[in-house]
Amino acid sequence: MKIGVFLKQVPDTETKIRVNGSGDGIETGDIKWIVNPYDEYAVEQALRVKEASGGEVVVVSLGAARTLDAARTALAMGADRAVILDDEAFQGGDALATARALAKVAEKEEFDLVFGGRQAIDSDDSQVPQIAAGLLGWPHATWITGFEQGDGSVTIRRAIGGGTVEVARVTLPAVFTCNKGLNEPRYASLPGIMKAKSKPVARYSPGDLGLEGSIGNDGAAVRLSNYRLPPPRPDGRLLQGETGDQVKELVRLLREEAKVL
Amino acid sequence: MAPKYSFERAEHRALRDQIRRFAAKDIAPYAHQWSEAGEFPRDLYLRAARAGLLGIGFPEAVGGSGGDLSHVLAAAEEMVLAGHSVGTSVSLATHLIALPPVLAQGSQEQIQRFVPGVLSGEMISALAVTEPGGGSDVAAIATRAVRDGDHYLVNGAKTFITSGCRADLVITAVRTSGEGYEGISLLVIESSSAGFSVGKRLEKTGWWASDTAELHFADCVVPVANRIGEEGQGFAAIMSNFVAERLMLAGQCVAIAELALQESISYAQQRRAFGKSLSGFQVTRHKLAEMATRLAAARALTAECVAEQLGGTGSPVRAAMAKNCASDMCSFVCDEAVQIHGGYGYMREYLVERLYRDARLYPIGGGTREIMNEIISRAQSG
Repeated sequence: MKIGVFLKQVPDTETKIRVNGSGDGIETGDIKWIVNPYDEYAVEQALRVKEASGGEVVVVSLGAARTLDAARTALAMGADRAVILDDEAFQGGDALATARALAKVAEKEEFDLVFGGRQAIDSDDSQVPQIAAGLLGWPHATWITGFEQGDGSVTIRRAIGGGTVEVARVTLPAVFTCNKGLNEPRYASLPGIMKAKSKPVARYSPGDLGLEGSIGNDGAAVRLSNYRLPPPRPDGRLLQGETGDQVKELVRLLREEAKVL
Repeated sequence: MAPKYSFERAEHRALRDQIRRFAAKDIAPYAHQWSEAGEFPRDLYLRAARAGLLGIGFPEAVGGSGGDLSHVLAAAEEMVLAGHSVGTSVSLATHLIALPPVLAQGSQEQIQRFVPGVLSGEMISALAVTEPGGGSDVAAIATRAVRDGDHYLVNGAKTFITSGCRADLVITAVRTSGEGYEGISLLVIESSSAGFSVGKRLEKTGWWASDTAELHFADCVVPVANRIGEEGQGFAAIMSNFVAERLMLAGQCVAIAELALQESISYAQQRRAFGKSLSGFQVTRHKLAEMATRLAAARALTAECVAEQLGGTGSPVRAAMAKNCASDMCSFVCDEAVQIHGGYGYMREYLVERLYRDARLYPIGGGTREIMNEIISRAQSG
């Protein structure tokens, strides 16, 4: 089995996000970068498939040069090698442009199956693996919380709301996006971290993938022109007076100001 | 900027990320609860081993993860910063002082018997040197081991033993002959041995989450096969790890101070008084500046001593300086942290209150400030 993992590097959840001076992106200077938390479930599941059926786990990550750090974390967990798409031309794309590049890598590498996280916690799109599956003509199953391997197919479980669990059989090759609860991602050990330093890392250029002009900002169908922070939360208000008056005032405020009643 | 030592490279950062994941998930949510309970669940040793923590600094051949003192300090700092429980961190780390004498002087058979089980978290180890009758005076050890055929009969008591309440293996300094250093030997005493008992759980100023015990030996039967090295080599075996131990203690001080400083900065930004935040007052900002400066100096000296130790030129004098510098810095920073927090800094529910109490150990434990100064001053008198 040749198992691919789509991995994204994202700002740490504790980062205070600030819009940059020109308003077309965020300040990236003092951000601590981490592996997208949902992608850790993807790496873990890929390693488990490899441990059960043999084969190879290849991490694919598109991003700035620092995305190699995120890939190294996956290599330290046990992935075999990494493909990095850090060429300037790949950057600044939308979900479609990114999916085009990742799908090409999946095709070139002849993956039998691909795992991704259910969404990246920075852009929260939850689109890239699905679009890649569409481009590849493969089935996909998203937000999975159960994964059982059969012969040429896989049985997955996913929560579809209201406590209902959907069970589906998916034929391979296919793309899966992983949700919390699927597994418990392992820790990268110190020996794993040391070994990761010498694991192979390949870089593909847009030319290698035959994708000039259709990736990054040039290939994007959606362009984000302006970023704004949500308005700061106003201070809480304390109501005064008799309890009965306070209740009346509260109902009035909920109806007329908050407009939730 | 994330805190770090000058010796750290990309691998240390990667290691910190993993330790942070473990400590933030498995320790921080329970830090206060375990502190009040005076203990953490025993299976945390197993979880810490699975997270790759316990093996750091030990060879892979004996079940370790490899790495050296630099990895130990980076991981230990992240445990404190992300786990918020000094007591838990130190109790999970007693093998760092208990196992080195076994590795240094033990036979292959002894190493395989005792080390892998501790590094996998199945067994807990402790080092027992200090006695109720005298702390720093190691040469005056009175716990006596008398040879009787293929075993020793041990009589005496040890105190202030970290992880002592539930240690399975107690690496114990005993007197096998005569007076002074030459009569001291090292025995691995298993807690299942006849005549071994845990006297009482000791109540301390700080380090509450760590169990600390007084241990009693009454005709305690210990096989001669559990003696590490030859008779009379015990003191040398203990001494051989003193430099590393003191640098680890200096590292803990750096970590505690770093956490106290971070807590203080964020509190000063949030807390308002007289119409502005505390950090709006120069007196507060300057306090924070001084805390950060002293911390940076102690961190730099500690890092330099670790680099010397790894380069083969480490010295007890320099380690003593690093320990004193870092422990006094830590006391200062934690005291100021409480001051900045005001009344809340005096309340048990606030982290800095606990750190302030934890900090008090370091000028005492692992060799007092005065013993450190003795080591330093002896080198001056040539």
